[in-house]
Amino acid sequence: MGSLQLRSVRKSFGATEVLHDIDLDVADGEFVIFVGPSGCGKSTLLRIIAGLEDSSGGEVLIDGQKVDNVPPAKRGIAMVFQTYALYPHLTVKDNMALGLRQAKTPTEEIETRVAAASNMLSLDDYLKRRPAQLSGGQRQRVAIGRAIVREPKLFLFDEPLSNLDAALRVNTRLEIARLHRELKATMIYVTHDQVEAMTLADKIVVMNAGRIEQIGSPMELYNNPANLFVAGFIGSPQMNFLPAEALGFAGAKTIGVRPEHLNLSPEKGDWKGKVVHVEHLGADTNIYVETEKADTITVRTFGEVHQAPDSVLFVSADPKHVYRFDEAGKVIR
Amino acid sequence: MSKATHSPARSIAAHAVLLTYTLIALFPVFVIVINSFKSRKAIFSSPLGLPGPETFSLIGYETVMKRGDFPLYFQNSLIVTVVSLFFVLLFGAMAAFALSEYRFKGNTLMGLYLALGIMIPIRLGTVAILQIMVASGLVNTLTALILVYTAQALPLSIFILSEFMRTVSDDLKNAGRIDGLSEYKIFFTLVLPLVRPAMATVAVFTMIPIWNDLWFPLIIAPSEATKTVTLGAQMFIGQFQTDWNGVLSALALAIVPVLVLYLIFSRQLIRGITSGAVK
Repeated sequence: MGSLQLRSVRKSFGATEVLHDIDLDVADGEFVIFVGPSGCGKSTLLRIIAGLEDSSGGEVLIDGQKVDNVPPAKRGIAMVFQTYALYPHLTVKDNMALGLRQAKTPTEEIETRVAAASNMLSLDDYLKRRPAQLSGGQRQRVAIGRAIVREPKLFLFDEPLSNLDAALRVNTRLEIARLHRELKATMIYVTHDQVEAMTLADKIVVMNAGRIEQIGSPMELYNNPANLFVAGFIGSPQMNFLPAEALGFAGAKTIGVRPEHLNLSPEKGDWKGKVVHVEHLGADTNIYVETEKADTITVRTFGEVHQAPDSVLFVSADPKHVYRFDEAGKVIR
Repeated sequence: MSKATHSPARSIAAHAVLLTYTLIALFPVFVIVINSFKSRKAIFSSPLGLPGPETFSLIGYETVMKRGDFPLYFQNSLIVTVVSLFFVLLFGAMAAFALSEYRFKGNTLMGLYLALGIMIPIRLGTVAILQIMVASGLVNTLTALILVYTAQALPLSIFILSEFMRTVSDDLKNAGRIDGLSEYKIFFTLVLPLVRPAMATVAVFTMIPIWNDLWFPLIIAPSEATKTVTLGAQMFIGQFQTDWNGVLSALALAIVPVLVLYLIFSRQLIRGITSGAVK
């Protein structure tokens, strides 16, 4: 019902190239997340898929059809924006119905679709209100409802949770996950938050500086990052990167160990160091240790761990979980 | 306002300054209005005196009603002002939308070109305008005035409106595009309502100079049928003798319509001037 192919899509604004030869296959029903730091081109790519921006080269295919010259409204897509982008002069119901009315859908059909969407998102009580009379979370639900009623081949989400507060963000995240299960629709979602990417995606596309760094399932990216960038971007707290030579690892430039794969011991271990700072998160405790041979290392311990600043500790890494990277930042397998 | 940031002394000082300015600004209007209700002798013997039982006279208004066709002049002025205003707002907003919304070659140059008119007074081109109007047979028509005034007000309106249009959310316009709205529909139903305060600001700034203008009616449309109020009032001013009652009454009457239009726009105007300062 909704697949997407990108064939060496490029985009440049004047002389600056913001997307370099992007190739991507999204299968029907997949939940794909573009993740990357701001300015990496992920939103531009989404806008090219939506048809809001022209590409400078390459092809976009939706369901096998080339859509490069098809206007956004005819591509069979629906989009949810970061700023909700509801029509301020229309009621919730009319906001949801507008796209269908433009497409000359019969009135009864519009009624049933809007009713189904508002039921699914518990918006029944608000149908007569205008966007100004709704809270942020409700507005975003209306925006999602507006996308659902179009029954698109492709759902596009542009950082939909960024404007919501923390509690609401978790709720809406669950809601989007539930929608994906219920609708079995293809969804493409852009975010800079790796937690959203890890929790929602079937497939994550990590982007940096206009290129795709790696594509894979959340656990693939966590367990087998292809390079320094992906290793550093996925996982929180960030992976520790240490100079290989100083620590006596041959044949690599940098080694990487995730904070959760390090052990602390007061007597013996690989690297001796001094506690700089301790963060208590409740379930976890993050300990920052300044080692003699390398820089500061973050160690994530589980449960409540008490360490006084300045106390001397030994940090050792589980050899199974040590990643080695070459000069160019590629992982050595 | 919070008490912490506002001392009574300061607010009294601020009000004193504002009241002084208001008095200075309103004084000429006040003088015109009171003198329009006085006899000719009283105007000269005590120009600042209020009309009393002895000095009160409606002779000026009677002259205005009798001589010349003032209802027609008012109608002409209103037609010219309202129609010019409509075109200025329509074309100004459309041009501003194009300049702020679309990326095309020469966008910046076009914006600069359109803004150039703010710096060059249109009266410099009077001779050329008159030649054009003569050649196209538009002399002594309201159309000529409307065309000139529209051209005169467009640069500033484009300049102001394009700044405001840039503040309209891109996401909103894109949502409209995805829902299949045409660019015209996006412009008229999504963007225009959001820049309404700016439109009101432009309307007021445009309307007053047009209503008050004497130059162009005198030059390109002086015929009896196309006279505007300001031009009509001139017939009471002669080389040797001026009918001050007539002049003052005509001017007092001319204030009324512009005041009404101003009141219509002013509610929006206050929002227009202050918006952008704080979100």
